[in-house]
Amino acid sequence: MNVIDRPKTDNWIGKSLPRVEDAALLTGRGRYIDDLGVKPGTAHAAILRSPHGHANILGIDAARARALPGVFAVITAEEVQRYGSSLVVGLKIPVECWPLAIDKVRYYGEPVAVVVALDRYVAEDALDLIAVRYETLAAVIDPEEALADDAPVLHEGLKGNLANERRFTYGDPDAAFAAAPHRIGIDVKFPRSACTPIETYGIVAEYDPGADAYDVLANFQGPFSIHAVMARALNVPGNRLRLRTPGDSGGSFGIKQAIFPYVVLIGIAARVAGRPVKWVEDRLEHLMASTVATNRVTTLAAAVETDGRITALSWDQIEDTGAHLRAPEPATLYRMHGNMTGAYAIRNVAIRNRVVLTNKMPTGLNRGFGGPQVYYALERLMQRIAVELDIDPVDVIRRNFIPAGEFPYRTASGALYDSGDYQAALATAIAQGGLEELKARRDAARAEGRLYGIGYAAVVEPSVSNMGYITAVLTPDQRAKAGAKNGAQATATISLDAVGSVTVHVASVPQGQGHRTVLSQVVADAFGLKPSDIAVATELDTAKDAWSIASGNYSSRFAAAVAGAAQIAAMRLRAKLAAIAAKQLNAELEDIVFAGGRVHAGDPATSLAFGRVASASHWAPADLPQGVDHAIRETAFWTPPELTAPTGDDLVNSSLCHGFIFDICAVEIDRVTCEVKIDRYVTMHDCGKILHPGMVEGQVTGGFAHALGAALYEESSYAPDGGLLSGTLADYLIPTIMETPALRILHHESPSPFTPLGAKGVGEGNCMSTPVCIANAVADALGIADITLPILPAKLAEHVHGIEPEPRNPPAPKAKSTMGKPGERMLTGQGKAVVEAPRQKIWDMLLDPQALMSIIPGAHGVEKVSDTEFRADVTLGIGPVKGRYSAAISLTDLNEPESVTLSGGTEGALGSGHGSGRVTLTEEAGKTTITYTYEAAVGGKVASIGGRLLDGAARVVIGQFFDALARKAGGKTGGRIRLPATFKRLFAMLGVGA
Amino acid sequence: MPRLNADTRHRVAFALNGRPVSGQAEPRMLLSDFLRHEIGATGTHLGCEHGVCGACTVQIDGGLARACLALAVQTEGADVRTVEGLSPDGGATLSILQEAFREHHGLQCGFCTPGFLVTLDALFRDDPHASETHIREMLSGHLCRCTGYAPIIKAALAAQATLLARGAVAHPDDTMPEEDVHA
Repeated sequence: MNVIDRPKTDNWIGKSLPRVEDAALLTGRGRYIDDLGVKPGTAHAAILRSPHGHANILGIDAARARALPGVFAVITAEEVQRYGSSLVVGLKIPVECWPLAIDKVRYYGEPVAVVVALDRYVAEDALDLIAVRYETLAAVIDPEEALADDAPVLHEGLKGNLANERRFTYGDPDAAFAAAPHRIGIDVKFPRSACTPIETYGIVAEYDPGADAYDVLANFQGPFSIHAVMARALNVPGNRLRLRTPGDSGGSFGIKQAIFPYVVLIGIAARVAGRPVKWVEDRLEHLMASTVATNRVTTLAAAVETDGRITALSWDQIEDTGAHLRAPEPATLYRMHGNMTGAYAIRNVAIRNRVVLTNKMPTGLNRGFGGPQVYYALERLMQRIAVELDIDPVDVIRRNFIPAGEFPYRTASGALYDSGDYQAALATAIAQGGLEELKARRDAARAEGRLYGIGYAAVVEPSVSNMGYITAVLTPDQRAKAGAKNGAQATATISLDAVGSVTVHVASVPQGQGHRTVLSQVVADAFGLKPSDIAVATELDTAKDAWSIASGNYSSRFAAAVAGAAQIAAMRLRAKLAAIAAKQLNAELEDIVFAGGRVHAGDPATSLAFGRVASASHWAPADLPQGVDHAIRETAFWTPPELTAPTGDDLVNSSLCHGFIFDICAVEIDRVTCEVKIDRYVTMHDCGKILHPGMVEGQVTGGFAHALGAALYEESSYAPDGGLLSGTLADYLIPTIMETPALRILHHESPSPFTPLGAKGVGEGNCMSTPVCIANAVADALGIADITLPILPAKLAEHVHGIEPEPRNPPAPKAKSTMGKPGERMLTGQGKAVVEAPRQKIWDMLLDPQALMSIIPGAHGVEKVSDTEFRADVTLGIGPVKGRYSAAISLTDLNEPESVTLSGGTEGALGSGHGSGRVTLTEEAGKTTITYTYEAAVGGKVASIGGRLLDGAARVVIGQFFDALARKAGGKTGGRIRLPATFKRLFAMLGVGA
Repeated sequence: MPRLNADTRHRVAFALNGRPVSGQAEPRMLLSDFLRHEIGATGTHLGCEHGVCGACTVQIDGGLARACLALAVQTEGADVRTVEGLSPDGGATLSILQEAFREHHGLQCGFCTPGFLVTLDALFRDDPHASETHIREMLSGHLCRCTGYAPIIKAALAAQATLLARGAVAHPDDTMPEEDVHA
């Protein structure tokens, strides 16, 4: 335990003061990255991204883009390899991880080229002019399928897609399973979701060739270990990568950690362009290629006694990190390693961990980081044990709890839980959460035939990560060779200026959490000042500020570690100021009191203004008392001694602090719509000492809303070909104020003995507890075992309405197409148009590029390659997606002037397609009847986000084609299959067509 | 409406928070980009640029609009109100609505906040007695990832109560026929 000098009185800590951050943010005076001015001459970048989930890049032709006026540079793999290196991969395996695809794209949205231009509009214009030739490959999306012998391989050096496998045994799980009367298990496929901050990534990078140094401003949340990764990838030492962060950041929740490949990419772009380059990610880019939490396949089994006590757990986890093993992955899998027994005293544990690569966005930090995946399996298992053994779920939880008197408690896998009284917290939650009332409501609802359920979740929330936990992915031998990694250095600097006013600086890089307010409270208490007297700066500059590899905003480390470091720095300065005051007041050191902005020695009547004492080192250093060098600036570093490296027998103390949460959730499921409606949600938190109740409540309600989204609405999902299905905020559904219920928040305070202020992290807990608590409530309501997130109404329909019966008169089966690949969307159709013009005229027009250009909706240019081959540049809008495509069309089976087959393919940034159509012309009485049939397959973004509209859109576009053909031929159309006018208006509104 | 050439920049002039502003814009330039990068009014934020998140909400001639779905040239001659116009004195003092957000911790990172404020500003102007249900419906067009919304609705209701109590708007019984009063 640390012995830490603390202020005698807490005047400000623990109070819900208004935040110092808010006035600026409420009046539009925030300093987010895109609000800050840039140097004159700064150019703007746009990124060309892969429209395929898996493809070889055969060639990139950027000549037309480079020739566009206003374009300064186009950066492709060649430039990135010339000036950069692969991002360091956390495992010693033969894979590389470049910030831009080198010769192969492995996920939809992976960067392929960067355009640097006068402004973003011109840069995006230029993206349309880059031609990339791809050879598409079969993609693998599912982690279990990725392990199959015949699965497509993402990284050839690796042979398969398994990046790492480790097995751990604690105690004697085999014996425990053999001896136990019950073995109860659960299988979980945990999906991907992301906390999607409302502000996206932003970077301004500059390269100084004279110093071979990069200067980067980014709304990153580090530096932490990633600074070293970026410097290496830019081929410079750390002191040649100056990283700065803006004063405000529009949320992160972990996500902005994954900006770092773009820091490298835009840094190289600035070097190539020879000028500063700014890039702000747009939302579509964010949803396809920022980062996301891992999806995980878990098989968990427990050895259980007849009373519900668990004697052993057996974990099998398949972690899917997406297309690359990008730093700090596979950390999501190991962040919870010490916590695999949750809140329970289980001494025998077997763990098998596998890390798998698939054709999806690379994963990274996301609020809860590893916790949601673990607790979903563990707490669903607790509910299953209760059901299978017919025991009250609360009793199963309570019987397995770590006894209250056993803290600090060492878990089987090595975590040292600092403090807690789970039994007391649970009892309070049941009493104040109104569990009996909820049970009565459930009884009443069920008596009326309604679907009502109650779920529980008990969760230990780790915070302040051990920098060494990720080395658990290595074997003890490998770890010994790599050198020890441990600790979690936090730092804070406090300065006193020439009038004695106080400035605090930390490297905690807040993203809305109110760090400045809390630090002003902590430091005001140390000096007997008011929080408004304290200025706090949280902008980071790695060239000038104190920071460590652990600095940054992650693992809920602020309250527990950084605020404590600030208190340590303040108390060191205070000790010096006390010595100065004692000399000035001619008093004893131990009598000095700091209060009310003054310093005295017991008699407030004879006191000195704080500023007078605090400025003494500036004005009269010669008069300082002996032993005081100065009291101008104090930087404290603090790392908890408890955070030791993983041991030779794989005990991993993954985090310093361990908060506790017990949630109760009551839901009602609508019998008609299958909507899950939360009737009440109770969340009991023990986050140690509460520094600012209002902010703790904000963290709880905010974390809950994220978890609600993950539980009921949000999924980052892919088609089997690797196309993204959740590419806009109209597809990736974030809860609004209408879906987010009010919470009943309760507290139980068990101060941490390991942290300076007794505080623990609190920001991530509900992301761990809430998804499974809601799932348990749904399981209780429907009496079902298998629940997969997100719990969409469609997934519950068969349990509420029964399995949909086969139609009595099934529609005739469609002819099976051979065209489409998995994941592509098939479009077929046929139609007829009558044009008042002779057949030959129509025929000629179909073969004339000039005529085609005025007929094809959205065509910019049609070029005749040969008599039977055309190239066309077309802009089409489908749903929210408007894009430019380059199409190659060839004519076959020509039977002039009667019939022709048009076939071809098209490719653009927004998707690809291929298909063919047969056109037949018949003439009668000067009128030509055109009949056509077509079959097409569409992939990429168009298929994913405009997918639901595609069929109708195709019909509209084809209709427009024939309308134009008729007009051009001088006649009128007639007889064409017409859409109802309302549909036409709807499609027009959605921008379908040119 | 005049026909604008796509390839040239046009002068656009309108009133922003009561003061005349002008700048140059291509016809395709979004109002959001124009406000932020031509005028320098960076309080209006961009969260999605496809009309879902609501962060860029502004008032154009009193009506609510997504600045990311409007073109700068469309606002020629209009009266535009943004978050910068909500404080009674340019930012030194907070308005009742802004103060309520501060008091009830209705913001964390603050990025989505301007949109919420602009919508509530219009709502309380047009419908001072809006019911909580109606307030929620209006705010359902805004995404916030930090707060979980509970503090936002608390702040909105507190602001409404203060506005009514201070007589910033007249009591419904005095001015409005009964059927117009929300529950």
